[in-house]
Amino acid sequence: MKDSLVLLGRILAHPDSRCWFLAWNPAGTLLASCGGDRSVRIWGREGDSWICKSVLCEGHQRTVRKVAWSPCGNYLASASFDATTCIWKKNDDFECVTTLEGHENEVKSVAWAPSGNLLATCSRDKSVWVWEVDEEDEYECVSVLNSHTQDVKHVVWHPSQELLASASYDDTVKLYREEEDDWVCCATLEGHESTVWSLAFDPSGQRLASCSDDRTVRIWQQYLPGNEQGVACSGSDPSWKCICTLSGFHSRTIYDVAWCQLTGALATACGDDAIRVFEEDPGSDLQQPTFSVTAHVPQAHSQDVNCVAWNPKERGLLASCSDDGELAFWKYQPSEGL
Amino acid sequence: MVGGGGMGGGLLENANPLIYERSGERPVTAGEEDEQVPDSIDAREIFDLIRSINDPEHPLTLEELNVVEQVRVQVSDPESTVAVAFTPTIPHCSMATLIGLSIKVKLLRSLPQRFKLDVHITPGTHASEHAVNKQLADKERVAAALENTHLLEVVNQCLSARS
Repeated sequence: MKDSLVLLGRILAHPDSRCWFLAWNPAGTLLASCGGDRSVRIWGREGDSWICKSVLCEGHQRTVRKVAWSPCGNYLASASFDATTCIWKKNDDFECVTTLEGHENEVKSVAWAPSGNLLATCSRDKSVWVWEVDEEDEYECVSVLNSHTQDVKHVVWHPSQELLASASYDDTVKLYREEEDDWVCCATLEGHESTVWSLAFDPSGQRLASCSDDRTVRIWQQYLPGNEQGVACSGSDPSWKCICTLSGFHSRTIYDVAWCQLTGALATACGDDAIRVFEEDPGSDLQQPTFSVTAHVPQAHSQDVNCVAWNPKERGLLASCSDDGELAFWKYQPSEGL
Repeated sequence: MVGGGGMGGGLLENANPLIYERSGERPVTAGEEDEQVPDSIDAREIFDLIRSINDPEHPLTLEELNVVEQVRVQVSDPESTVAVAFTPTIPHCSMATLIGLSIKVKLLRSLPQRFKLDVHITPGTHASEHAVNKQLADKERVAAALENTHLLEVVNQCLSARS
């Protein structure tokens, strides 16, 4: 089973520091990494190896916690413990064009909506902010959402709709949509027993995976009003129901979950140094699906794995990063007949 | 991540704590002096790292206040795990998070990075046990706290050798 995730290469991306997060650009040609050394690094492939193309170290005064590419691939956003979010424009090199201020303390995550016209940020100050982007690269905060009662760890947009999801230290996941010029919380997903660290939508956007300090991954499915299964909805909002819990696989906090948009494989990054890949069993009940481990690398890194990221264009290419400062590339090839 | 109550002088929360006797120095065995014998990390070694940490309020060490005890240290060298339970002197001690953070930082700085550290309150000994344990277990909040220069200074004072 171990052979189904093959190591392609390893880079000490953020020496003497943590590597916190990774993001592929939409074309799949560049990978951005960020870390405790306050920098963002851009990696590109040359032949068989990965080369550092740029180091963005002028933007932040403290740890850079997450990075996100705009859907057009021309902008990169970086969220930092210094309470700001920088927007970088990609020309020959990267130039910081705007710094978004407003959060009271550490910004934990940033995400671009599929249209590219909206950006979301979240912070330890318990709030989620939605920003509107105009043609002149001006950013305006259009909503401050205070639905969580604690630190907000992660934000992610639905792959095709303007639906936003957030994960929190308050053990819940919340969903938001626009309503009459403002944003409102339209669902709260309860079930995790500790901090929810990360979220990922499946390619269809009808399922959402969440991972937690409670050492489980939960898979939530959207049910529209009037659904055949009789899942109750309030008003015109869809309802999200937990249809599967992956428990007993991880031995420490799960820091990240990534759903491959090309293959549907689900990868996890865990505090037990391991990377695992799950796939839905063929023929499993759509309302009560079962998943199996198709790959497990116990010592994928020498310390906690913080992030896993599937390349958006090349099937099975997975990147991961760790507290040891390293970045690794893997080829996922599920063996037949598992 | 640390509450401000009790900081910067004023009345002590626990003015007359019970003071306990310090344990002696660890006797060095022949096996430990033999460079050929692998020397695994044990509970006494972890205890020796944390027993001299200064209490944030009293001119005493965590050992003298019985906040840390060797029996509350669990180590597995082959599994690379260290678990330390600490006992605040009173159940409403506002310094509990700071004490836990100091223990955690001391171990992070001293142990090989392969070790997974769990620092938590001895069950049933603090009013906010769950909240403090959750903060100490959250490495993102610990990392952010240690980028706060004021807080780092306070932690370093707890970890500095008393003159």
